[in-house]
Amino acid sequence: MDNRTRVLYVALLVAGLAAPAVVYPIFLMKALCFALFASAFNLLVGFTGLLSFGHAMFLGTAGYICGHAVKVMGFPTEAGILAGVAVSALLGYLVGSLAIRRQGIYFAMITLAFSQMLYFIYLQAPFTGGEDGLQSIPRGKFLGLVNLEDDIAMYYFTFAIVLFGFWTIYRTVHSPFGQVLKAIRENEARALSLGYDVDKYKLLAFVLSAALSGLAGATKALVFKFETLTDVHWHMSGEVVLMTLLGGMGTILGPTVGAFIVVTLQNYLSALEGWVNVITGVIFIICVLAFRRGVVGEIAAFLKKA
Amino acid sequence: MAGDIILETRGLTKEFKGFVAVNKVDLKVRRGTIHALIGPNGAGKTTFFNLLTKFLPPTAGQILYDGEDITTEKPAQTARRGIIRSFQISAVFPHLTLLENVRIGLQRSMGNSFHFWKSEAVLGTLDAKAMALLESVDLGAFARTVTVELPYGRKRALEIATTLAMEPELMLLDEPTAGMGHEDVDRVKALIRKVSAGRTILMVEHNMSVVSGISDTITVLQRGAVLAEGPYAEVSKDPGVMEAYMGTAH
Repeated sequence: MDNRTRVLYVALLVAGLAAPAVVYPIFLMKALCFALFASAFNLLVGFTGLLSFGHAMFLGTAGYICGHAVKVMGFPTEAGILAGVAVSALLGYLVGSLAIRRQGIYFAMITLAFSQMLYFIYLQAPFTGGEDGLQSIPRGKFLGLVNLEDDIAMYYFTFAIVLFGFWTIYRTVHSPFGQVLKAIRENEARALSLGYDVDKYKLLAFVLSAALSGLAGATKALVFKFETLTDVHWHMSGEVVLMTLLGGMGTILGPTVGAFIVVTLQNYLSALEGWVNVITGVIFIICVLAFRRGVVGEIAAFLKKA
Repeated sequence: MAGDIILETRGLTKEFKGFVAVNKVDLKVRRGTIHALIGPNGAGKTTFFNLLTKFLPPTAGQILYDGEDITTEKPAQTARRGIIRSFQISAVFPHLTLLENVRIGLQRSMGNSFHFWKSEAVLGTLDAKAMALLESVDLGAFARTVTVELPYGRKRALEIATTLAMEPELMLLDEPTAGMGHEDVDRVKALIRKVSAGRTILMVEHNMSVVSGISDTITVLQRGAVLAEGPYAEVSKDPGVMEAYMGTAH
C-alpha cells in the first residue's frame, strides 16, 4: 500500500466515523451494508472471474436466519449474525460445489436457478412470513450492554462490522490465496497446468463471498428490523452487478462507490417512483459504453497516466 | 526413478464423434533428450498434448510416466508429478508483473496457497529465486513490469521461466515458436537448448527447421498416427515423410 492509498483509507475512516452527525444514520447503514455486499460479490467477479447471478440468495438467507434466530429463538444479536453468516457460507458451499463445474454464462445460470428456487421456498416457508416478510426483528444489545435500538449506536456497530468485512476482503485479495485467484482469473488453463486444483480455489472464493454477503444481509436485517423477499429477488442479484460495474470491478473501493451511488439515487429520487429504475438503467448503459472500468477504475487509470 | 524411458504411450487414441484425431500412438520419450513431435496442421499434435496433460480424456490406450500408469489422473495431479506444459498461444498471467508470474510457479510448494488470512508479503521469500529465474531467461530488468506490456517473444521466455519454477522433469512445449519473427525463433531455440540440461523436453512443432538443430529424436505424425521416427537426418530422408509433410519437391 503506498502513502497516497493509506491517506485515502484514513480519510474514509474518519469520514465514516463523523458521517452520522451530518447524514441520516439509517441511510448510511443501508449504503454500508450494500457496500459490503457489493464488495463481497466483487471478490468473486473481480478477483476470481466468476460472475454469479444469484448472489441475492446469500444476502436474503442470512437476513432471514439472523432475523428468525434473534426474534423467535431469542439469540443474542452477535450470535444471530453469526448464524446468518454460517448458513450463507454453507449455502455457498453447496451451490458453489455445483456451479463451479461450469463456466461463464452457464455458471451464471446455475447460480440464478438456485437463487430462484430459494426465492420460491422463502415465499412459501412459514418462518419467513411469505409476502409480509419477517417483521419487527429486535436489534438487541451489543454484548448485552449497548442498546442497539438507538440508531447512532447501531450505526457504529454496523460500521465496525462492515469494516471487518472490508478488511477480510482486502486481506484475501492481498494474500497468497489472492495471488492464485488472480492467476486463475487471468489464465485458468495455465494455473491448472502449474499444478493448482483451480476448482478448490474457486470454491473457497465462492464460500468466502457467500459468507461476507451473508454478513451484509444479516446486518441489514437488524438495521431495518425486518427482512422481506426483496433481498432474495433476482432484482437484487442484478443490482449488485450494477453497483460493482458502476464503481469498478476488480478494484478495492469500486463496489463501495457503486453501492453509495445506487443507494443515493434510489433514496433521493424515490419521489420519482418507477423512474428511478429508468435513471439507473440509463446510468448503467452510459457506464458500460463510456467508462467500462467504472468510476474507481477510471480514476485509478487516470492517476496512473498523470 | 530408474528407467531409460520417462514417458510412454501405448495405443493412445482419441476420437471425437467418429473422427479419429489421435490413432493408436505408441511413443517412447527417453530421459534427458529433446524429443520433437512434428506433423502438418491437423495431424493431432495438440490433441496428443492435451491427452498427455489430461486436458482431454483418451478414448483408449495408456500413458505411463516413469513406468507408472497416469492415464486417469487429473491435470493438476499430473502437473505435480513434474510434467509441465506450455500452450500454443502464450500462457502468461497478463495483468500480473513478471515477478508475480514466476512466483505463481514457485508458490504452490510453499503450501500456503489457500491461506487467505495471510499477507502476500510472505511470498517475498520467493523473490530471490524468482529473480534468478527471470535472469536465466534475460528478463531480470523487467521484473516489475506488467506482463501485458511485453513483446510476444519475451512473453514466451517468461512462460519458460514460470515453467522452470516448477522444476519440471518433463517439459511439454506446444509450438514454442509459433507466431514469432526470426530473431525471436533463434532466441527461443537457444533458450530451449539451455533449459534442457538435466531434464527431458517433448515439443510439438509445425516447423521442421526449428526442430532440426536441437532435437535428438523426431516423431512425425500424420492423420493422428506415427508416420516415422528417428533422428533428423533419418526422418528427413524418409520417403513417406518427404511426400506427406514436406512435399515431394523437397
